[in-house]
Amino acid sequence: MPRRKGAPEVNAGSMADIAFLLLIFFLVTTTIETDAGLDRMLPPMDPPEDIDVVIKQKNIFTVNINRNGQLLVEDDLMDLKDLRAAAVAFLENGGDGSCNYCKGRKDLASSDNPEKAIISLKNDRETKYATYITVQNELVGAYNDLRNREAQRLYGDDFTSMEAEYLNPETSKAVRDDLKDKVKRIQEMFPQKLSEAETSTN
Amino acid sequence: MSKFAKKKDGDLPAVSTASLPDIVFMLLFFFMTVTTMKDSSLMVENTLPNATEIKKLEKKDRVIYIYVGKPTREYQKVFGTEPKIQLNDKYASVDEVGSYILAERAKKPQEIQNVLTTALKVDKEANMGLIADIKQQLREVNALKVNYTTYEGNAFNNLQ
Repeated sequence: MPRRKGAPEVNAGSMADIAFLLLIFFLVTTTIETDAGLDRMLPPMDPPEDIDVVIKQKNIFTVNINRNGQLLVEDDLMDLKDLRAAAVAFLENGGDGSCNYCKGRKDLASSDNPEKAIISLKNDRETKYATYITVQNELVGAYNDLRNREAQRLYGDDFTSMEAEYLNPETSKAVRDDLKDKVKRIQEMFPQKLSEAETSTN
Repeated sequence: MSKFAKKKDGDLPAVSTASLPDIVFMLLFFFMTVTTMKDSSLMVENTLPNATEIKKLEKKDRVIYIYVGKPTREYQKVFGTEPKIQLNDKYASVDEVGSYILAERAKKPQEIQNVLTTALKVDKEANMGLIADIKQQLREVNALKVNYTTYEGNAFNNLQ
């Protein structure tokens, strides 16, 4: 008997089932979100050799968190909501007048210039992590507020968005090279000096 | 004669499902491209705190994760309710963090071993004592770049 047709057609009716199976597998095993958070650098274990650097007390902004989540800022009790403003005032105080872009009060009893200003954060072992993150957020926020202001003045753009674009791997190389200098300049205007002392145990 | 029998007007023709696979494949490819593989299942409660000044963690291959929180309900009978550290798929003590970081670092290609970030995914109910111990361990193995992973949101909501 002569064959009339070629190979018989494969039934594709179950193709949808196979695709659904794959789809459900990928839905279950994957996550859609990218993580975000506060970037911090830990201090290195062994300090550099020249440890004889004397830091004046007025250049240190101490923040203490106790186990109940209360704040002691420069030896005064402070509400968390006021912390950002206090940190901003400390950072751009400009006591020695060398910082020409600072708009602070030029109080002699506070920090000399942003280069020297250090924020020291100390917490108790029983402090809640949520409180700690809120304080960190406010302190980083204080730096970002100042950097944003300077970036707006110099380049008409926010520092945070410039930095995000600079760090984004999809940004083209030309744009990134252009941003690199700007980001670096702003960072040098207000260097982030946030020291975390070892936790107290009492 | 059946050959010339008229079709009845009442019954609708069946909807063709021939393009259903195409639609489903489209969905499949969408999900394959926008998502990433889950690497470990959580054994600790992990409600992250909120923050506003956050940066995105780009490049997943350069991140090492450490989870901290209370054991989930099914493990509470065995492990209690004190916050614990989870590394990969099991609970670990503080002393194991350093060696875990070194082991994970050794798995990565040579050229990115110096630019790794440690993402701390810590439940907001955890105490800072445990975090301080982890930080001390990280300093000992020179893994200084950390990211406190948070949700985006008003930081003052953490305090309630």
